[in-house]
Amino acid sequence: MRYALLVQGAPYSSQASHSALRFAAALLARGHHLACVFFYHDGVYNAARLAAPPQDEPHLLDAWRRLSEEHGTQLQVCIAAALRRGLLDEREASRHGKSGHSVEPPFELTGLGQLIDLGLGVDRLVTFAP
Amino acid sequence: MQAETVLDGDVLVILRHPPHGSSWLREGLDAALVAAAFGQAVSLLFQGDGVLALLKGQGAGPLGQKGTSATLDMLAMYDIESLFLDATSLARLGLSTETLQLPASPLEPPSIAALIAGHRLVLTF
Repeated sequence: MRYALLVQGAPYSSQASHSALRFAAALLARGHHLACVFFYHDGVYNAARLAAPPQDEPHLLDAWRRLSEEHGTQLQVCIAAALRRGLLDEREASRHGKSGHSVEPPFELTGLGQLIDLGLGVDRLVTFAP
Repeated sequence: MQAETVLDGDVLVILRHPPHGSSWLREGLDAALVAAAFGQAVSLLFQGDGVLALLKGQGAGPLGQKGTSATLDMLAMYDIESLFLDATSLARLGLSTETLQLPASPLEPPSIAALIAGHRLVLTF
């Protein structure tokens, strides 16, 4: 089956991101396909490239990156929700005159239309929210 | 049986948060508007504290967050006219449909299940 995940919880603040990663691992282990993880609401903080959690905690950013590298899963971030929360890629940072950027590939900023397209195009869209 | 035909649509957005104090309602409505702009038949279900979004006469006042009442008025322009609310939630808050800004059909639990089953994509906020 083709799956997509919608993550709406900030990393470390709630269980949502941890559960989404575990669910992703479980469905991949069963031979399903994970097309995309879409980050919305406070879930966009999962894409903050400067995240530096203590070493004895799971590194969620690295886990998402690994998921994308190993399984070709797209990591899409709602651009409107991201910009409000200080998450900009290089292009948006320069457009808004900011001196640094906080989002980089494999995460990509995209519109909510992608979420709708995705939801209608996969067999299951599963939401993880706080 | 006819009710089930009425309830069918492409995208159902479930709104469970009140209009002020968090961005859940606003970001949920944004998703609904985008889905409609993409040509999908969108239905809204107001559930739990989400029914408070429908209360008449709301203003954001001194709050830093933009209110959502103006967005609700725009729903018709986006052809979002299938509005439903959880009758139990409304009663629990001591409200009646006369206090609402927009006409939303009250649904009992079995109809809510049919509503969810009748949509291809369900987004919960």
